[in-house]
Amino acid sequence: MTISIPPSNPEPLKSLQPKGWMRYLSFSLDHKVIGLQYMVCGFIFYLIGGALASAIRIELTSPMSDFMARDVYNQVLTLHGTIMIFLWIVPVVNGAFGNYLIPFYVGARDMAFPRLNAVAFWLIPPAGLMLISSYFINGAAQSGWTAYPPLSITTPAAGQIIWIISVLLLGGSSIFGGINFIATILKLRRPGLKLMQLPMYCWAMLGTSILVVLSTPVLAGTLILLSFDIVAHTGFFNPELGGNVIVYQHLFWFYSHPAVYIMVLPAFGLVSEILPVHCRKPLFGYTTMVYSIMGIVFLGLIVWAHHMFTSGTPPWMRLFFTIATAFIAVPTGIKFFNWVATLWGGRISLNTAILFSCGFIVNFVLGGITGVALAQVPFDVHVHDTYFVVAHFHYIVYGGSVFVIFSSIYHWFPKATGKMLNENLGRFHFLITFIGFNLCFAPQHWLGLNGMPRRVAEYDPQFTFVNQISSAGALLMALSTLPFLWNVFHSLFKGDEAGDNPWRGLTPEWLTSSPPPVENWNGEAPLVTEPYGYGKTKVPEPLNQIGTKD
Amino acid sequence: MVSICLIIGGIWIGNNVNLLPIVASSNAPVYDELFKVLFTIGTILFVGMTGLVIYSLIKFRSKPGELEDGIAIEGNLSLEILWTAVPAIVILFVGLYSYDIYDRMGGMQPLEVHHHEQHLMKGSERIWGGIGSSSTIEASNQFTAALPIELTAMQFAFIFHYPKGDITSGELHVPIDQPVNLTMESKDVIHAFWVPEFRLKQDVIPGQPTILSFTPTRIGRYPIICAELCGPYHGGMRATVVVEKTEDYQQWFNQNAKLIDIEA
Repeated sequence: MTISIPPSNPEPLKSLQPKGWMRYLSFSLDHKVIGLQYMVCGFIFYLIGGALASAIRIELTSPMSDFMARDVYNQVLTLHGTIMIFLWIVPVVNGAFGNYLIPFYVGARDMAFPRLNAVAFWLIPPAGLMLISSYFINGAAQSGWTAYPPLSITTPAAGQIIWIISVLLLGGSSIFGGINFIATILKLRRPGLKLMQLPMYCWAMLGTSILVVLSTPVLAGTLILLSFDIVAHTGFFNPELGGNVIVYQHLFWFYSHPAVYIMVLPAFGLVSEILPVHCRKPLFGYTTMVYSIMGIVFLGLIVWAHHMFTSGTPPWMRLFFTIATAFIAVPTGIKFFNWVATLWGGRISLNTAILFSCGFIVNFVLGGITGVALAQVPFDVHVHDTYFVVAHFHYIVYGGSVFVIFSSIYHWFPKATGKMLNENLGRFHFLITFIGFNLCFAPQHWLGLNGMPRRVAEYDPQFTFVNQISSAGALLMALSTLPFLWNVFHSLFKGDEAGDNPWRGLTPEWLTSSPPPVENWNGEAPLVTEPYGYGKTKVPEPLNQIGTKD
Repeated sequence: MVSICLIIGGIWIGNNVNLLPIVASSNAPVYDELFKVLFTIGTILFVGMTGLVIYSLIKFRSKPGELEDGIAIEGNLSLEILWTAVPAIVILFVGLYSYDIYDRMGGMQPLEVHHHEQHLMKGSERIWGGIGSSSTIEASNQFTAALPIELTAMQFAFIFHYPKGDITSGELHVPIDQPVNLTMESKDVIHAFWVPEFRLKQDVIPGQPTILSFTPTRIGRYPIICAELCGPYHGGMRATVVVEKTEDYQQWFNQNAKLIDIEA
């Protein structure tokens, strides 16, 4: 049962907060400010991680290790992976959009625990800065974002320890966020709003937060044990002291496979919000979408060992994890068919938001197909740890999550800023991102199949040409951020006025001003029982008596 | 109609586009069979979904200034059942098929430690195998005992040791059509033994011996590649497997063997 409307009057507290742009640098408790803090902070790290990716692609334009020292190359690939996962995609698809949208969607004035929320955000910048600064101290960690022992025990300790501490901080931030989302979605719903009436992003965030809360502590515990091995010379994972390196892999992937769903489930939710608005059609198959999210959450927790098929796992284990992994394709497939059915028969505006969302569908389908293939043990033993896997997961996390992030920025920028982004520039941004992305990663499937392992600075000269094509794609991707940044800054100051509801959306965030007031709505929160009621010309009912307590 | 074309096209592409390297082990043709099936299904699905998205975007795009909504369809139970059941059946088929492939590669056979390998165990109670571990079907057909070879991986080299003949070599020499049993252990960090032309990979783990069996079927020199990040020179950690005629192998063996009395 829903309880009551959130803190009856948060105003006195918030009025102490700085006004204007300064509040974005403050310990603000406003969920919208925190959401934008996550967004901008994440994007800065995205640019840094992207610069590191460019460095990797420059190194790989020639088969020799000639652009940077070999140990620096390993530091770069470790930082690239860690930054993109823990400082860009996870904080943005969860923290940025979750904080901005969830209170609107449940009809609340703020998150359940505003202070915890601010703490969760403010853990990120120091953790990120520390991680990057480790490069200048004694060299950053160089054992990959997976930090497999014994390599992580034998490489220089300072960088590895700093890496562990910052991942622990980021994991803590993620757990705080997850608890906050669960509490907000389950307990802060506006009276009269049922669970099955919530916008799909709430369900995605509920599922994601369950994964965060269940699996992140396992990663934290594992990394603490690893730090003991490094600092105190204990032998949990050190074979010389009787430790077992495979145990680390099990514990690590128990978090890090669900981490993939922590990166893509919120993206699924965001797409489910964006498509109906621009197709002018209800989201197809709401109920099955909800069940498929929960199916993915459950299956996502029991598939981790498919990352370890070549580690020497026993046959029964290989079989179980193959089947469990392949079956994730069923609930995921349901979502994709439902999205296509949402497009079908709509009145689609071909704007940038919808283009990025459809780009996501196409890219993710390819990433999903290679994922099902990789789940098959006999297939995996050839391509495991090769560029085939690199291509596969970039199709999932870039072609999937990052495309959705861009789609969401184009969709919600008018709400957050009150200004429209330039559509022509946006479509141009989509075009070069899409071409650059596919040019960069599609050829890597072939590289992996034909014998190029991942995480190498030098390779067989027969792969030179294909690597150069891939690097050309990476260059396009790097360039694609320029029209985007120009668009954002230009529109921020000189963009067209957006008005309250430029897309004629029905979800609650559109039923207030752009940008919204501190209390989200002037007056009561609207009761939106049909967030996707397009084609029914149903006007959301204003709230009358319920919930007015003062 | 469209879907029939799609399926035929997918099968054609699956059969005619070759993305894989040379076949050089008894394992590889089985792998390529699986690849062909997955590639065909994948192509059909990918082209089908992409086609649907592009078709919808063009067919259902709104005209400028149009403010109408689409049809208010919220779902369709039979469609939902259809697109739950069909992928589930495809996945089940792929799963069973890949199980069969796995079995044919020797993956499901219980791990037997051959008598001549037992001295390698040195007290470690478990030994873990990759695909093709234990004696392969080919071995039992041809009544040939598998050739035991020990592999030690270290930063940044593979060292092979032939117990018969006590040969230590940086190159792996194997006679064609001869089943080989590699017992592998790492001296420092995790490495992985990968020969793309054999379609086989197995991690080489410190403190945990692993075994890998294969039967080379094509004469030539193929790269052995380390596939697990193992340090700064990981990219350069390579060796060569030389598959040669039995006579050539015997000659190489005799030139290098220290214990001549053993007959191969």
